[in-house]
Amino acid sequence: MRRFILIAIPYAWLLALFLVPFAIVFKISLSDAAVARPPYMPQFDWVTGIGAFLAELDFENFTWLTEDDLYWKAYLSSLRIAVVSTILTLLVGYPMAYGMARAPSEWRPTLMMLVILPFWTSFLIRVYAWMGILSNEGLLNQFLIWAGLIDTPLTILNTNTAVYIGIVYTYLPFMILPIYSALERLDGSLIEAAEDLGCSRMEAFWLVTIPLSRAGIIAGCFLVFIPTLGEFVIPSLLGGSDTLMIGKVLWEEFFSNRDWPVASAVAVVLLLILIVPIVLFQRNQQKQQEADQ
Amino acid sequence: MTRLSWFNTVSLTLGFAFLYIPMVILIIFSFNESKLVTVWAGFSVKWYGELLQNEAFLNAAWVTLKVAVMSSTIATVLGTMAAYVLVRGGRFLGRTLFSGMIYAPLVMPEVITGLSLLLLFIGIGLDRGVMTIVLAHTTFSMCYVSVVVSSRLVTFDRSLEEAALDLGCSAAEAFRLVTLPIIAPAVISGWLLAFTLSLDDLVIASFTSGPAATTLPIKIFSAVRLGVSPEINALSTIMIAIVTVGVVTASLVTKRQLVRQRRDEQNAERS
Repeated sequence: MRRFILIAIPYAWLLALFLVPFAIVFKISLSDAAVARPPYMPQFDWVTGIGAFLAELDFENFTWLTEDDLYWKAYLSSLRIAVVSTILTLLVGYPMAYGMARAPSEWRPTLMMLVILPFWTSFLIRVYAWMGILSNEGLLNQFLIWAGLIDTPLTILNTNTAVYIGIVYTYLPFMILPIYSALERLDGSLIEAAEDLGCSRMEAFWLVTIPLSRAGIIAGCFLVFIPTLGEFVIPSLLGGSDTLMIGKVLWEEFFSNRDWPVASAVAVVLLLILIVPIVLFQRNQQKQQEADQ
Repeated sequence: MTRLSWFNTVSLTLGFAFLYIPMVILIIFSFNESKLVTVWAGFSVKWYGELLQNEAFLNAAWVTLKVAVMSSTIATVLGTMAAYVLVRGGRFLGRTLFSGMIYAPLVMPEVITGLSLLLLFIGIGLDRGVMTIVLAHTTFSMCYVSVVVSSRLVTFDRSLEEAALDLGCSAAEAFRLVTLPIIAPAVISGWLLAFTLSLDDLVIASFTSGPAATTLPIKIFSAVRLGVSPEINALSTIMIAIVTVGVVTASLVTKRQLVRQRRDEQNAERS
């Protein structure tokens, strides 16, 4: 009996507040606009039965998504932004993780804390911090002009470049930590062996270090890629009018256009896109766990 | 390991400069006399004064704090239960669905979680306000709590619990006297994680809050959308200061615990 209660309470909570809401999104994405306008009530009548219920549903909203250029472009540009910023984050994060793993062991806890500290400070504030730096009369431009590198200020804020900077900055800890934990476990004698066997330092790095930290690299890339794809805050604060990201489109569809069925359809398609990386990520995590045991 | 090579030194220095310079600039300019955030016009704390008189921000901060305390506490109870069920529960009907529902919210884009919860609340006719934000935050943060707690439960020795049961404890007593103290650090860090996630959340709160309740991130977001303002710099500085003190204290406490534990182990070996 006690066991039943223990299982039932969190189970019921998640069913009611995770699964059911998602089923509603799915249902609304298949409904006509008039039916789904607020206040929306799930219309299900056991008398007319499931047949009539299903007959009401159609893929109109999804067809609409394929007909309007905006959505295609938004999905594609979200994917591109997510891929590029994942690569950039890896390029910035890997050398840092490598340096941390090579640091004297008494420094490591402090370095770890320095990486985690920004993670605990507000996401919104960290994005905001860049607004003052990147604007036309901002500190970066002031610095570049002072250094004599440029004559006229560069437009960085409200462009995709600013979005990339923002994403790399806020998601860097997610990349560093898994790579660091993979590199820290790496046995230094393997590299020595490779060097003894005639590898140069670079060759040893490419042939030994990188492959052995693969699991960390993959985990880090997914941890950056998956949330970036649905990102809303960074493109709306740092991006410009030409920055198209699907999270922003969904938000505007919902709050500005008040088109709930289309917003729901956008959400369903976003989730479908995300299923592949999510499943791959879970498989990677499982493999890593098995390797640890 | 030997000293850092020049390459590692450079990459760490540049990397940490990248991570910290924006925040340091933010803090410096919160003490700027000028209204312009990019021009330094002398030291002043006037923006802190204005912030403390801004009732909209203070109200939002109060709502945020209330939501965070309530949601992280409920999430810790539910998440610990879920972790216990997952690790110790054995087989039960719908176990796969259950563990799926524990992990899925972790990777679900916030816009989707927010949208779906809003549609639910409207569907059942629940007025949006503090309560709906608490429900929403509890749902996603209980999943984080259960991941943290279950990783601790997996590694701990089950025979300790069995010994307690053999010695006459009831299941509840064994949990309270043996299991809970051992997993306590994970439960506490789960609570802290849930608390921070709730304080930080903008997207889900925007969907699930009504006109009656606005949280601090929503307030900051709408202020920031209009441009950079020194008042927000002051607010950010206060938040960064609180987090820094919290994280540094927590890490010092764990460090001291580790040192003590190591000393105890050494003493035990010697005797």
